This record gives sequence, structure tokens and C-alpha cells, in this order.
Amino acid sequence: MTVVLSARDLRRHYGGGERAVDGVDLDVMAGETVAVMGPSGCGKSTLLHLLGGLDRPSGGRIELHGRRIDNLGEKALARLRRTGIGFVFQSFHLLDELTAVENVEMPALLAGRSPRAARRRATELLDRVGLAGRAGALPSQLSGGQRQRVAVARALSNEPAVVLADEPTGNLDSAATLDVLRLFGSLHEAGQTLVIVTHDARIAATADRLLSMRDGVLIDETRLTGGTSGRLGSLVRLED
Amino acid sequence: MQQEVVLAMLAKEPSHGYELRARLRDALGPLGEAMNAGQVYVTLTRLERAGLLTAERSADGADRADRKVYALTPDGQQRVAAWIAETSWPKPDLAEFHLKLIAAAAAGLADPLAIVDTQRRELLRRLRDAQRAAMAEPEHSAAALLLEGVVLRLQADLRWLEACERTWTHRRSGS
Repeated sequence: MTVVLSARDLRRHYGGGERAVDGVDLDVMAGETVAVMGPSGCGKSTLLHLLGGLDRPSGGRIELHGRRIDNLGEKALARLRRTGIGFVFQSFHLLDELTAVENVEMPALLAGRSPRAARRRATELLDRVGLAGRAGALPSQLSGGQRQRVAVARALSNEPAVVLADEPTGNLDSAATLDVLRLFGSLHEAGQTLVIVTHDARIAATADRLLSMRDGVLIDETRLTGGTSGRLGSLVRLED
Repeated sequence: MQQEVVLAMLAKEPSHGYELRARLRDALGPLGEAMNAGQVYVTLTRLERAGLLTAERSADGADRADRKVYALTPDGQQRVAAWIAETSWPKPDLAEFHLKLIAAAAAGLADPLAIVDTQRRELLRRLRDAQRAAMAEPEHSAAALLLEGVVLRLQADLRWLEACERTWTHRRSGS
């Protein structure tokens, strides 16, 4: 198995002695879905920002496909964020004045693709997230779940090595959460590597590997392989 | 299968055994897969003996349980009405797990945090199974609504386990 993303002794300390991330070691394998769970303030969002180059570590190292990225210059880091990594945020971060398809094609345009190739790719991606019919809609005309699916399509624009998601279901109701989980499931089947930080157990339950984070460190790893008895009826009181 | 549930599913109109089972299957979806016809017919037989329903052989004279037509008696209708008005609700047995942690810690039988951890894995597995089943349901299916209830309860239980973990971590470091 190939390691896609790895961190060693990763740290992010702030003035005043606050240690948001305090020595994290992590290897994310190709095609794996990893969930990082923990209470608010445990450092999980900071960890994700460090992994994606949105924030700079105070110490340690990060490698993407074996290449160090924690010490890149601003320009190289910006390029990496556009092409190597896809981001999905809790509050979607779509541009309100652009349509769905325009939002999705933006990263491809920024990466220097031709407008025609970018549009073709964006159209394919919207189809893949089940929104082919809403390409011309503005974010304000879409439901929360649909907006998040647009954001996922945008994250996939440049075929990133890894998609990093920060509380992707944090603003969604149950039905929309299921939609997003279904979408992550299909990305997983297609071999996309995913790292999701969340306090939503529903996401954690669908990941290959679940890491628990407290006070800036990873304290526990769970693999949910194997099933329950396999009898769904035992989840309710139909069988005594 | 609870007797009142079977009675209530017959309240709409007298029905064949197989119709009754189809109604239950639609309502329960994958959660009802483990339910076998035998359980339902055992319950029907008990209800008939208790005078709460009648079982008529269908016209073709077959004696098979799923070809019989079941109908509520007036007593059966009263029982259903009383059941609909009841406010009973399943009580999760949290006390048992709570006492398990206390007993394990007091007697040094096991580390309460390890017990919490094992339990969390088990609940996460159930959550995963329930969620997969929910994702496979068509929109607006009756079973999807039931599965949502299962998912929400498991989430609540997992949050309580987080509280258990916090408290027992605190107790352990305090002692």
C-alpha cells in the first residue's frame, strides 16, 4: 500500500503556550477514508489545515506522495493547494455570485486549463455528484446538501491526491447528511483518498479508520472491520 | 413479535396472513428481514386463543396459515385502541452499563476506559450497519424513517459514552 499523506511529530503552537497540535504522527494510505474525531477545541481542524497547507506548522514534517510540503514557499504551496489537495468545508465556501458549474470549474481555470476543458470537467463532476440538472443554479437556489455536493465536486476538480474535509455535515440535516455520506462512499469506491475531521459519529462509522484526538494529540485508532451479527433486526426490539 | 403490533396491523381490514406479513415487511424494510413467518403465526394463534381475533379459512379451503383471513373481534379492537393511547416507550438499559463500569473499577476487574472503548466500537459498528441500510433505502420509504430513529439513538448512546470516558479519565487521573 502506498502512503499518500504523512505527518511526523507535527506541531502547531501558538503564543501563550497553547498547543493546538502537539506531536501528531499520521500515515494516510492510498484509497483510504480516515476520520479524525474529537470534541471542539481538540485541534482537529488545525491538524487538517496543516495537512492541507492552509496553516504552517511550528514543527515536524508533512509529506505528500513522499515529497515534503511543510517547507514549501508561498507560491509552491498555493499551487499545491490548487492541484494536489481538495478541500471541503462545513460552510461550503462557494462563491455566491457564481453558478454551480462556475464554482466547480474555478480550480481548473486557476490551474491553467482551457475554459472549454474546465467546463467539460465541471459538467462531468456535477453529474457525478447528482447535480447535472442544477449546473446553472446559484448557491442561494440550492439546499444545504446540494451546496455541499457542489463543494465536493469543486474539490475534485484537479484530481487531487487527497480530499480534506472539515465537518462536511456540520450544517446539514439527516437527509442531506445521508446524501453526503453516500457521495463520500462513492468517492471511496472510486479510490479517492479522504481525510475527514468531524464530531459526527455518522461519518466516523463509515470510515475505514477512525482516529480520536484530544488536546492536540491522537490518542486512539479504531478499525471498524467486521460486522455486527449481521442481523439488522437486532437493532430494534423485533428479536428478543 | 409483540401481540398488539400484530393486532394493530389488522385493524384496517380483515386480511390474509400473507397480506399482514407484506405490510410488516414494507414498514420495517431490512430491519424486518430476520422476522420469520413462524413468529407472526405463533402470535396470531395466541391472539385467536385469547379471543382477540378470528381466523377464517379462505374459500379454497386450504388450511395454510397465510391463506386464512384474520379479523379483529370487538375485544381485539378495544385492545388496539388502548395500545394506541398508551405512552409506553422503550427504556435503554443504561444502568446496567453504568454499574458495569463502577463494579469493574471497584474490584479491579477491568479498566473502565477499556470497557468504554470496546463498547464504542460495537456501537459504531451498529451505526455503520444502520447507516448503510438507510443509504440503500429509496427516498421516503417507511423503513428509512425507522432507520433514522435507530441512527439517532445510537448517536445519543455514543455521546453518553463520551461523557463516560471524560468522567472516568478524570477519576483515574484524580485517584
